[in-house]
Amino acid sequence: MTGTGQTIGRLTDAFGPSLSVEGPGVVVGRERLREVLLFLRDESDLAFSMLTDLFAVDRYPGEPRFEVVYLLNSLKLKERLTIKIRLNDGEHAPTVSDLWRAAEWLEREAFDMFGLLFENHPDLRRILMVEDFDGYPLRKDFPTEGYGFDRPFSVRLDADDGASKKADR
Amino acid sequence: MAEERKYMTINMGPQHPATHGVLRVVLELDGEVIVKATPFIGYLHRGVEKLAEARTYLQALTLTDRLDYTNGLSNNLAYCLACERLIDIEVPKRGQYLRVLLAELQRIAAHLIWIGTHALDIGAMTLLFYAFRERETILDIVEHVTGARLTPSFIRVGGLAADVPPEFEAMVRAFVKDFPRRVDEYETLLTENIIWKKRTRNVAPLSKEDAVSYGVTGPVLRASGVYYDVRKAYPYSSYEDFDFEIPMGERGDVYDRYDVRMREMRQSNRIVAQAIERLPSGPVNADAPAFVPPPKEAVERDMAALIRHFKLMEEGFAPPPGEAYGAVESPKGELGFYLVSDGTSKPFRFRIRPPSFLNLGAVPRMIEGQMVADVIAAIGSVDIVLGEIDR
Repeated sequence: MTGTGQTIGRLTDAFGPSLSVEGPGVVVGRERLREVLLFLRDESDLAFSMLTDLFAVDRYPGEPRFEVVYLLNSLKLKERLTIKIRLNDGEHAPTVSDLWRAAEWLEREAFDMFGLLFENHPDLRRILMVEDFDGYPLRKDFPTEGYGFDRPFSVRLDADDGASKKADR
Repeated sequence: MAEERKYMTINMGPQHPATHGVLRVVLELDGEVIVKATPFIGYLHRGVEKLAEARTYLQALTLTDRLDYTNGLSNNLAYCLACERLIDIEVPKRGQYLRVLLAELQRIAAHLIWIGTHALDIGAMTLLFYAFRERETILDIVEHVTGARLTPSFIRVGGLAADVPPEFEAMVRAFVKDFPRRVDEYETLLTENIIWKKRTRNVAPLSKEDAVSYGVTGPVLRASGVYYDVRKAYPYSSYEDFDFEIPMGERGDVYDRYDVRMREMRQSNRIVAQAIERLPSGPVNADAPAFVPPPKEAVERDMAALIRHFKLMEEGFAPPPGEAYGAVESPKGELGFYLVSDGTSKPFRFRIRPPSFLNLGAVPRMIEGQMVADVIAAIGSVDIVLGEIDR
């Protein structure tokens, strides 16, 4: 899924040593991520107008622990490009939800599953798991069978799951 | 004291029959007009991405059937394409054509569920029975070939689980010949129907720019006038050999989405007809003994084949370390799998890019400012399947 050499050439011309080509993608420092993505989206001859996917990879126990992968798609060039940033445990990623609306839910999912925080995200809540869920299921140190199934389920009487909070606002 | 504007909050779902599964939407209403819509998802979350990390590549295939359960074969295909890219093997032409054929039949079946339930939601009940009648014919073919109606797991890494049985060709030919007349039949019920038009024209529109920004794909994107179809943009499995058109809409409303899908069914039928006409002979599986199990007959006769079969089924195969993305145009949009391999026989990361997830993300944008009765039409027109949204 590497973009053709030309796109990567344009990128290295513009950003030079702050990015490196690794296997099927381009690795960018997180402080320059938004700049790079904006460049790819808005240069008229590149026009990577669609964010196909955004997800995280947990390299535990490797360092840096997390990768956030941005799959871009240029409808004009018919070309895909993978951009990655690497994060240590506890580091935040910049949000791209203002560049692509698609990122709003995708970043929520990455937060839900990996506990990654996206700076300036407008509404960073869990999306698939229940709001009071403990832990981040797709992290490598989270057991596949989950926690707490050896104990009886407790019954919750307060039927507050976040929706009513939101609606009352 | 200034009068405070009061909005009414209505909770739609998760048990609402017209949300096509367990979707909940919280609506803030000003009279009949929607001010804000907030979807809540996750009710069907089974942790597929996590489960797959604990399974071999072959075992993980069965999980893909259960994502978009109206569309098992396309899911299998997308996953197998990603795997094949990872291990770098090529499927022979006959295998590729059969994959296209099965995926397109599945697309028709998935669109038939959509038109049946969508029309039912809006009030046209008759169509459901017509649509399910033809869908049953397709499912009979699928069952005859794969042994299962909804969860085939038939498209495998390197090819198919088996070649098709001899009756297959006649069954497909009979369907292909009959089907265009059936689409005409559906269209007489809806296309010029004044009630249908009033319920769908200019309802829940989505602009080009919004559709691209929200990552919307599939018929919903094309109804908004953006020309993008994975089959044309990034041809896979020999789609470049077939002659077909991509139906487009202009206004991006519920009616255009209806229109695009109806024409898509005709195009899929065309592809199926071409595939069965030009079906090459030869093997269906790639010649890659390290990844593809030997045929059943060989396992029964040959000791070496038995051992190879056993090893592949027990241990699985181990792709080289690397990453690969494989995507298909599923009936809902771009369905992709991003696999990260660490060199073991289990995927290190198994990422599903579900089209319905992103398409649903654009629904609040479509329905804000619309009437509350249009929510049902909008959700129906996007054709979501919660199985792949929640994973």
